[in-house]
Amino acid sequence: MITNLFRIIKYGIQSFRRNGLLSVATTVVMVLALLVFQGLIVFGVLTDTAILSIQDKIDISVYFKTNAPENEILNIKKSLENVKEVKSVEYVSREKALELFKEKRKDYPIIKKALEELDDNPLLASLNIKAHNPSDYQIIAAFLDNDKFNELTKRVTFTQSRQAIERLTNIVNTAESLGLALTILLSITAALITFNTIMMAIYSNREEIGIMRLVGAPNVFINGPYIVQAIIFGVLATILSLLIAAPILTLASPYISEFIPEMDLSGYFYNNLFNLFVYQLVFGSILAIVSGSIAIRKYLKL
Amino acid sequence: MISFHKVSKVYNGNSIALEDIDFEIKPGEFVSLVGKSGAGKSTLIKLLIGEEKPTKGRVIFGSYEVNKLEPKELPTLRKQIGIVFQDFKLLPRKNAYENVSFALEVGGRPQHEIEGLVPQVLDMVGLSDKHHNFPHELSGGERQRVAIARAMIHRPAVIIADEPTGNLDENNTADIIKLIAKINEFGTTVILATHNRHVVNLIYKRVITLSDGKIVKDEKKAKYALS
Repeated sequence: MITNLFRIIKYGIQSFRRNGLLSVATTVVMVLALLVFQGLIVFGVLTDTAILSIQDKIDISVYFKTNAPENEILNIKKSLENVKEVKSVEYVSREKALELFKEKRKDYPIIKKALEELDDNPLLASLNIKAHNPSDYQIIAAFLDNDKFNELTKRVTFTQSRQAIERLTNIVNTAESLGLALTILLSITAALITFNTIMMAIYSNREEIGIMRLVGAPNVFINGPYIVQAIIFGVLATILSLLIAAPILTLASPYISEFIPEMDLSGYFYNNLFNLFVYQLVFGSILAIVSGSIAIRKYLKL
Repeated sequence: MISFHKVSKVYNGNSIALEDIDFEIKPGEFVSLVGKSGAGKSTLIKLLIGEEKPTKGRVIFGSYEVNKLEPKELPTLRKQIGIVFQDFKLLPRKNAYENVSFALEVGGRPQHEIEGLVPQVLDMVGLSDKHHNFPHELSGGERQRVAIARAMIHRPAVIIADEPTGNLDENNTADIIKLIAKINEFGTTVILATHNRHVVNLIYKRVITLSDGKIVKDEKKAKYALS
């Protein structure tokens, strides 16, 4: 058993080395397929981060009348926190609002002076509400739109930015669907190209496989070396594709950060290097093994 | 040892390759199958090694009923038969040594045994200095010697040679036939399919003559008698 396994591995390595150009061509095609696969992973992370970044900037702010009692506001906060669409609710008291306002405008002495001249704090207490999904804001707005709340609230920002939020929701949904469609389409294309290359490589060896059968080689000795070769293709192509991607992503990282400040592309790449290696190895090897097995069955009727 | 009982092979429902073939080969015999191209020699060999199934009849090899074997059982049968082809059928990306050792390795023979046997057999067929040469680096005669070494490496009960001299010049033909005859002298049954008159006359042993898929003659000691 171990001797047979050792021999199968030996034949696979030998065949990979002696097939020269064919092995190089197959590896190159697999590298390209894995670069597409890797590109899709990175694209997915980029769009997710971009979407999260945009989503994080959306919220509903409920401003309360100056005479609204704090305990009533806190009651509303509590009931909002029980709404399942709500991700977080932040209470900003009138004092806190003033403090933040002053902090933000500390370099503008005129504004500071104007505030000092006022008898009372002109700012309103507010609740800043964030939802899990942009589409949830409509539900939250509907929840807030009742007589009990309207008595206390002065304005709700959602009504003003409703159109923008809805448009953004549509963009987010479309980006997610397009990303998924693109991932499926490009994955299938990469898989088909690799599949075809391996089929061609095995087709060119069909006579050799016929000879093996004639000298009494069991199927495991015919299939096995191709599986070993497929694993070699997978490992080599994975290493090469990561070596190619590393400098590209490192160079692109600062430019990406300009558009999406939350995205550290090269940091993501190096932190997830092991995962990326495993994903690609699994994707590449499975692709090569499945293509090889189908080709052997198709051409040689094993 | 080998017998064909009322065997027929028809391709595509109307092309008769073999019809009503009935004969027996005893252990240690040297049998020449002769006939023109298309007489049915290669089809008969294909039926014997299980590469094709007969349309009718039974093909027996030792304890095997070859026509009933499943594809997965064929490797076991083929390990007992050494086959030599006109076009050598060597593995192009393996050298002479590896081509011969491959037949043993796939049979699961231990490495030390293989390392002892392969050089011996290569030396016996006159290739002691060509162990590491690839097929494209060998002459036609040398390639056929590698094929013979591969066929006899696991000491098969039968060696089947299908037009083994078809691609060789006269000198190489004589050498290869002598080699096959020597293998037969050691007790291995040999089935030689050929249409080479000179080869058959040189051997002067049992000759089965095929014509249009039928056996027209089966003589114990004969010369080539096909017109």
